[in-house]
Amino acid sequence: RDPFWLCLILLFAVLLGFYSASPSTLSPALSTLFSSLSERDCHLDTCRIPEVPRYQRSHLWAVSVRVDVLVMTPWFAPIIWDGTFDSAILDAQFRNITVGLTVFAIKKYVVFLKLFLETAEKHFMVGHKVNYYVFTDQPANVPQIPLQEGRQVVVLEVRNYKRWQDISMHRMEMISNFSQQRFLREVHYLVCLDVDMKFSDHVGVEILAPLFGTLHPGFYRGDRQSFTYERRPLSQAYIPRDEGDFYYAGGFFGGSVPEVYRLTMACHQVMMADQANGIEAVWHDESHLNRYLLYHKPSKVLSPEYLWDEHMLQRPPLLRKLRYVAVPKNHAEIRNR
Amino acid sequence: MNGCMANDSLQNTRRLCPPRVYVENWLSVSYVPYYLPCPEIFNMKLQYKGEKPFQPVTPSQYPQPKLLEQKPTELLTLTPWLAPIVSEGTFDPELLHRIYQPLNLTVGVTVFAVGKYTQFVQHFLESAEQFFMQGFRVHYYVFTNDPTAIPRVRLGSGRLASIIPIQGHSRWEEISTRRMETISQHIAERAHREIDYLFCLDVDMVFRNPWGPETLGDLVAAIHPGYFAVPRQQFPYERRPLSTAFVAGGEGDFYYGGAVFGGRVARVYDFTRGCHMGILADKANGIMAAWQEESHLNRRFISHKPSKVLSPEYLWDDRKPQPPSLKLIRFSTLDKDTDWLRS
Repeated sequence: RDPFWLCLILLFAVLLGFYSASPSTLSPALSTLFSSLSERDCHLDTCRIPEVPRYQRSHLWAVSVRVDVLVMTPWFAPIIWDGTFDSAILDAQFRNITVGLTVFAIKKYVVFLKLFLETAEKHFMVGHKVNYYVFTDQPANVPQIPLQEGRQVVVLEVRNYKRWQDISMHRMEMISNFSQQRFLREVHYLVCLDVDMKFSDHVGVEILAPLFGTLHPGFYRGDRQSFTYERRPLSQAYIPRDEGDFYYAGGFFGGSVPEVYRLTMACHQVMMADQANGIEAVWHDESHLNRYLLYHKPSKVLSPEYLWDEHMLQRPPLLRKLRYVAVPKNHAEIRNR
Repeated sequence: MNGCMANDSLQNTRRLCPPRVYVENWLSVSYVPYYLPCPEIFNMKLQYKGEKPFQPVTPSQYPQPKLLEQKPTELLTLTPWLAPIVSEGTFDPELLHRIYQPLNLTVGVTVFAVGKYTQFVQHFLESAEQFFMQGFRVHYYVFTNDPTAIPRVRLGSGRLASIIPIQGHSRWEEISTRRMETISQHIAERAHREIDYLFCLDVDMVFRNPWGPETLGDLVAAIHPGYFAVPRQQFPYERRPLSTAFVAGGEGDFYYGGAVFGGRVARVYDFTRGCHMGILADKANGIMAAWQEESHLNRRFISHKPSKVLSPEYLWDDRKPQPPSLKLIRFSTLDKDTDWLRS
C-alpha cells in the first residue's frame, strides 16, 4: 500500500513541478553570468499565461518590415530599427531585470542632468527596474527628480579632471571600477550614456544584449575608409584603412555587466598604454571603443535612431523615430571651465 | 527512494519507479504503462563546462557590411523578438568561423537509431563527417537498442562517437516521445561535462551542404519544411485543451520541426526536461499529442522563444520541390518507407 501512495505523491509532484518549477534560483547577477549570451528566458509558471500578441508575420515568407536598411550584421547581431522588434514579446522576455544607466555629470555638465533624467523617466526602460548611476564631482547639484516605481538615482562621487578629454576618457576607468565593486551585484545590464542628451522616444529592452554599440549618426552612410578611426599605428586604438564594420558612437554602448566590465577595463588599460607612449587617440575613448568593438563583435547594434543630433544633421526618411538626441550646447563655454 | 532501480551508467537504464499493477489498472491508461521520474532529476545541479567570455576576433579582411543596401530578401532574416533566421547569404561563414574557432568548443549530436532505424546511421555519420561543424570538436551520441547493428564509421580527428544502449519499444510513438527524457538524462549524467553545445537530430537524414557555427546559439529551433509558407492557424499544433501541448488559435510564431533543435547544453537540458514534464502530464491524463514530442516542442518554443531560428535549409524534405528562396539545402530527409520502418 505504501508504494501506491508514494507513487501518487510523486505523480502530484510531477504535475506540481511542471506548473511551478522555477529553473533559475540563482541571484540575478550570477544568472546573468550563466546565460550571458542570451536574453532572459521566462519562467515556467507564467509562461503560458500571456497571450502572444498578433503581428503581421506569421510565416517565413512574409516580406521584412524594413527593406530599406540592413537589419542584421554578417555575424548575426540584429541592427535595431523601428519596426524590427515587437516590444510586447521582448518585455515579457526581459521581465524581472534591472538595468543600470551610467551617466557622467562633471563640472559644468551637471546642468544637463535635469532634462536627461526627466526624459529618461518618460522613455527609458519604462516598466522595468532602473538604477541611474550618476557620476559627479558635485553631489549637491544633482537635481531631485520624481521617479517612477522601481527606479532610483545612485549618486557616485568621483574626481574631476582639468581637460574635458581626460574626463571623457576616464569614464572607462570609473565604470570598470564600479562594475566590479557594485554593478555586478545590483543590475543585470549596463547602459553607458552621454549626459548632454535627452530622450525623445522609446528606448527599451530591445537594446539589451551581452554587448551592444550604437551607430554614430555622422558615419552610418560612409565607407570604412572615411571613418574617423585612429589611423596612427603607434596608438593602441589604431585600425587600418581596410578594416572596420561600423563607426560606433562613444556616447551609447552597453551590455551585460561582465561584458561592460571587460570592455571598459580593456579600454582603460590601452588608454594608459597610449598615455605612457605620449599619444592620445583622435577621438579619445570613442576611438578605443571602436577598436574594441571591431575585434569583439557586439551582439546587437543600435541604429542612429538611438543617437542623433538634429542640429548637425538633416533627418533622413529611414529614421522613423529619434529616440535619444543631442541637447544644444556651447562647446567652448561648457568644456574646460 | 525505495523501488527505484539503481542507475548503471554503462547500461544507461533510466531511474524508474516501476509501476504497480493495481495503479495501472486504476488509471486505465490504455496504451502504455506510465512511469515516474525519480526526484533526483528535479534537483540535479549540473556543473557545466566553463562559461566562455567574448574572445577577440583576429584582424582580417572582409567586405564592409552595407547598411543602406536595398536587399529585398524573400526570406525573413530576423524574428520579432530579434532572433536571427539563418539562411544562405545572411552570414559570413569565414567571419563566424574566426569568431567561434578560438573558443575550443565541443559540439554534441544526439541521434536515436532504434529498431530498423539503425540502417540510417552509416549514411548519417558519413555525411556529418563531410559537412557538420568542420574544424570543431564533435561528439556523436548514438542511442540504440541494438549496439551491434551500429556500423563503425571512420571519424576525423577531434571527433568521437559514443554508442549508448537504450530500451526499445514496440510502438514507434513511444520511442519518439521518450527521446526528450533520454536526452535530458543523458545531459545530466554525462554530456554536460563533455560538450558546450548540443544538437538533437533525427537519424533518417543526411547532410548535403555545410552546417557550421552559424547554427550555434543559446536555444536553436529549425523551421519545419512543410509549414514555412502557411499561416499559424493551419499549423498542426495540438488543439485539444486537455493536452499540455495545447496551442490556442491565435498563438504561434513558426511551426518548428522536431527533427532539429539544439543550443547550449544548459538550455537544451531545461528545454528537454520541460517537454518531458509535459509529455508525462499528458500520459497521466491518457492523451498523446498530435505529433508526439514535436507538439510539445512547439508548445515550449512559444513560451521559451528560440534565440536563433534555422531556415528550412537546415531541415528539408527531399520530396518537396526546392523553392528559389532556399538556396542551399544542408540537411534533408531521405525518401523512405515509413510504414515499414515503424512496423
